[in-house]
Amino acid sequence: MDMVICRDVVKTYQQGRISVPALRGISLSIEKGEFAALAGPSGSGKTTILNLMGGLDAPDAGEIIVDGRHFDRMSAAGLAELRLHRIGFVFQAYNLIPVLSALENVEYVMLLQGVPARDRRERARAVLDEVGLSGMYDRRPPELSGGQQQRVAVARAIAAEPSIVLADEPTANLDSKNGISLLEIMKEMNEKKEVTFIFSTHDERVMEYARRLVMIRDGRVADDVRK
Amino acid sequence: MTLRMAWRNLWRNSRRTMVILTAVAVGVFSMIFIGALMAGVGEQMIRTSIATLVGSLQIHQHGYRDDPVVENTMEDPSEPQAALASVRMPDARWSRRVRVSAVAGNARHSAGVSLVGIEPEREAAVSFIGGAVTEGRGLSPGDPYGILVGRALVGTFETRVGRKLVLMSQAADGEMASRAFTIAGVFRAELEATEKQFVFVSLAAAQEMLGLGEGVSEIAVLLPDGADPDPVARALAAALPERYEILTWRELLPMLTAYIEMNDTFTAIWYLVVFIAMGFGIINTLLMAVFERMREFGLMRALGMTPGGIVREVLVESGLLLAIGMAAGNALAVAAVAAIGENGIDLSAFAAGVEYAGMPRVIYPALSFAGALEANLTVWVLGLIVSLYPALKAARITPVSAMARV
Repeated sequence: MDMVICRDVVKTYQQGRISVPALRGISLSIEKGEFAALAGPSGSGKTTILNLMGGLDAPDAGEIIVDGRHFDRMSAAGLAELRLHRIGFVFQAYNLIPVLSALENVEYVMLLQGVPARDRRERARAVLDEVGLSGMYDRRPPELSGGQQQRVAVARAIAAEPSIVLADEPTANLDSKNGISLLEIMKEMNEKKEVTFIFSTHDERVMEYARRLVMIRDGRVADDVRK
Repeated sequence: MTLRMAWRNLWRNSRRTMVILTAVAVGVFSMIFIGALMAGVGEQMIRTSIATLVGSLQIHQHGYRDDPVVENTMEDPSEPQAALASVRMPDARWSRRVRVSAVAGNARHSAGVSLVGIEPEREAAVSFIGGAVTEGRGLSPGDPYGILVGRALVGTFETRVGRKLVLMSQAADGEMASRAFTIAGVFRAELEATEKQFVFVSLAAAQEMLGLGEGVSEIAVLLPDGADPDPVARALAAALPERYEILTWRELLPMLTAYIEMNDTFTAIWYLVVFIAMGFGIINTLLMAVFERMREFGLMRALGMTPGGIVREVLVESGLLLAIGMAAGNALAVAAVAAIGENGIDLSAFAAGVEYAGMPRVIYPALSFAGALEANLTVWVLGLIVSLYPALKAARITPVSAMARV
């Protein structure tokens, strides 16, 4: 079953009077449970396609379907609802809420989902344990290392029980040891919880972890390899 | 968690938060405190005026108020007295008076005065005169020749207790009546003008001098503090024939009533001025806080929070800021009112000025729940309204543009 379908997706950014094409007609489908990497050099369009798959931005042309929902038929509120319940995000710059502890950051999406306090606390603790952060529940982001913060971000994405996790260069700010460790965790979550993972990267070591490697170059799919 | 987040966000920049908290606290303090002072001035002016021979309401013969001459006296006060007895007025006091314009004179001076004939025992419970005699003695019931004179008039007339004072006025028969009185006592009043205007003799002496028989000019009624005179006035009007006129202090003192209304308007303008200054501070602080956290708001939007949720988030933060500032401002105001409540603010140094304005020499603040509630509601409601601007700014951000911010 296809979890994500992109058909002839075009996206062009306007920088003053200059039009900068980011995606020039990408067609791509990702199946449920895949652990796929979107690889390519900087400026190839990886982040743009992830943003479009997450409903954070709208394409200029083409069609995007995630978990059976056609984005072009959905309102902004509908997209927000879909993101809340079906899509988890991991960002390059961790993007945790600095005034919340690790546990509260993980709880946050569940709070928006309306999960009762006791349930969300239990689930948040369990997921933090799974990503190796037991005992660090009460630490706030500035008291955690980069690797630990990114693990909290993964825990936050997973705890809300999404169908798909979109990770934009999740290891880019981490050293190789922490990067590999994070990928191991993501892979484990993918296998244990059967959550579809799509992540972007330009790091070759990271590409090796992916079971499917989609090469993007100049806003087009240049290669698509299943391992 | 929303409240916890808002609380922690407030203290991310503690100096900025403290500055705006101080502004809100000082603003609320000034609104409540100045409001209490103005209300205090108003209340004291009403109390002083009521005690200065006005009372809560008065009964006259129709026409007396427009032309307070001896011809317009009530010839037989038994009818209004019976009406007063029939209208149930718990703790109300009343007293009969003769009040006419007269000329007071001694060997060297003369001046126009208001001659007031009083029932000393009853009058003591109705007006200031009962406790105002500072030299000599008060009047005894039916005192035929004793007169009470104000301290200021005694000074002007260069006289003293025991000396003679002659009063002249038109009698009921239209002829000039005069009588020599002996100064029995000297009284003090809140306003110097009162000391110069009024002289008091016994009711019997005034009636005899003016040939009024049992007639009186007015019956003044004093209701307990804070009691509304209107229902009593209506009940008396219903119980009495039309030839009687019942006027409350609001009708007897139109200038004071206008002043009290103006006072309320000034208080409202003051609230607005304070709030405008405070409002800009609140908007500025929240805008800075919002712009600093645009990435976070973008993240929240990306995670699935609705724009309405972002507005709520910012408003909760603003509400918390306002609530803390208001609590501090209220505490300060209550403390300040308690501190000066005993002795008041003494304006004696500006006695001439304050007397000209009809204000008391010592101002006691009157803190009321309604006044404090009004000030707090103004800050709370307008504070949240102005906070909507930064809140909507935060809510309008799109996740992609917010996350692209460094």
